[in-house]
Amino acid sequence: MKKSSGSFWKWFGSRQARRAIFSLVLFVLLWELASRSKAWFGVETPWIGKIPAPSAVLLSWSGLVGDMSYWQSWVMSGMRVLSGFFAAMIIGIPLGLAMAVSRTFHGVAFPTFEVLRPIPPLAWVPASIIFWPTQEMSIAFVTFLGAFYTVVINVVGGARSIDVRYFQAAQAMGSSQWDIFRRVVFPAALPSIVVGAAVGMGITWEVVVAAEMISGGGSQSGGAGGGLGFFIWNSYLGGSYEQIVVGMISIGIAGFICSEALRHFGSYLTPWLKRR
Amino acid sequence: MASGTTTTARPAVQAGEIVIDNVSKEYGTGTLYKSVVTDCSFTIERGKLTVMIGPSGCGKSTLIRLLAGFEKPTSGTILLNGKPVTGPGRDRLVVFQETALFPWMTTYDNIMYGPRARGEDNEQARSQAEFLLEKVGLRQFRDKYPTQLSGGMQRRAELARAMINNPEVMILDEPFRGLDEMSKELMWEYYAKLYEESRRTNFFVTTDIDEAIFLADRLLIMSNIPTQVCAVMEVDLPRPRRLDDMVDSERANQIKMAALSVLHREAMKSFSGGSRAASDFIDAYSKRMSKSDT
Repeated sequence: MKKSSGSFWKWFGSRQARRAIFSLVLFVLLWELASRSKAWFGVETPWIGKIPAPSAVLLSWSGLVGDMSYWQSWVMSGMRVLSGFFAAMIIGIPLGLAMAVSRTFHGVAFPTFEVLRPIPPLAWVPASIIFWPTQEMSIAFVTFLGAFYTVVINVVGGARSIDVRYFQAAQAMGSSQWDIFRRVVFPAALPSIVVGAAVGMGITWEVVVAAEMISGGGSQSGGAGGGLGFFIWNSYLGGSYEQIVVGMISIGIAGFICSEALRHFGSYLTPWLKRR
Repeated sequence: MASGTTTTARPAVQAGEIVIDNVSKEYGTGTLYKSVVTDCSFTIERGKLTVMIGPSGCGKSTLIRLLAGFEKPTSGTILLNGKPVTGPGRDRLVVFQETALFPWMTTYDNIMYGPRARGEDNEQARSQAEFLLEKVGLRQFRDKYPTQLSGGMQRRAELARAMINNPEVMILDEPFRGLDEMSKELMWEYYAKLYEESRRTNFFVTTDIDEAIFLADRLLIMSNIPTQVCAVMEVDLPRPRRLDDMVDSERANQIKMAALSVLHREAMKSFSGGSRAASDFIDAYSKRMSKSDT
């Protein structure tokens, strides 16, 4: 804990951090200027003029911070993303490894996989609403699909491109098949698994938001706590443009937290890659 | 580390004679048919360092895969201590052209791979691993990953990873290729010393004549097409070998000249046969000649 906060302050003082802060501040200032130009200078900035100013968004946000249903939306979307994501990992990684290791299994499973893969997850929304007993399950299923294909493809690709000399060396030193799988195939495929997970996580957030908008975010529960996607949609229907932007930024932050956490966990799992 | 482990850890002199008898290896059929090794016969003598030299593309790497058991010959037999080779085994370990250290393991874990694979992660194996780390000069790099090591260190780590399994025969496929001139020569001395201490059977493949003569007890010169041994030379230089001695050695120079003239003859033969490798061969030959003139 102490070490990580130390490296944060080190980062905070760096040139990289100054540039990042400069970039964000400039962006917010220009946005404020552009959306308030009509009030201030009498000239409306095209397109951006319709978007609420960051100060207005912040004001609206401050009103929501105490609102439990706003946080409920975070939790709902987060749960859906995590359940879909972990399901994709738990099913996708073994499936991908099995396809990479066994020629027979690859021959049987891969064609079907390749036919289903181009179907966008969102095209599954109506079907999954029909087939799954609860709305929650259908959203989680669609989210799962978003990450699943990417994870599998990366695992198969990673495990199949392992240098044959690693197998030869392991075999010559007396490794059993299981030992080769555990100590050669799996670690060699791990970097691709991490990449697949990172990409999959990004797709999961895209999919969950769209799925929540389409499905009405669990209208049975009275619209409250329908996830961030539904929060945005609801704000749009209610005409609260500030809240639309609040919802958008919330998703940005949530996605950022998820991919940062994953990145750290990924480099913890593959320590041989980072210290080049 | 502890000096007490030194005596127990020193490898015993091994048996390990390989007889290659009339071995051929062909790939593909029809228009893709290619015969890489044809009726090749030679012996890798017990306890000696046999070096095979020949131009690139003459089938040396194929021979190594056959010796290691990664592939099976189309015809002919390979016998280790009189028994036919049927697959890969720890009695014949290969050190590859490019490093095949596992990138996800530290130096120590790489060296311990063999013992652990056989369920022998015991005190004896661990002290042997520490001993070998010390011996190849990588004790400070025990917990580093291969990407953090230099090219020469990687090669030494790989030698240690093979040696801990105490193979009867060590097979090395151009192991020092791609190293810079300085580290290469250091590695020659290093490797020669390791061999001189263990005296296990070593089979070393190279394209570099200086490397071949510095290391070899016996020198096998390969012809290009077909892959066959066209000359065997005994390199009767004293051991232990040191680079300084070799530079001034009259005998080393004689052997080199003799070897080069065989290589040159082979080059001319394959040149008239229209071989791709021939021009490389002649280039290398003329370079070596001018180098040894000065």
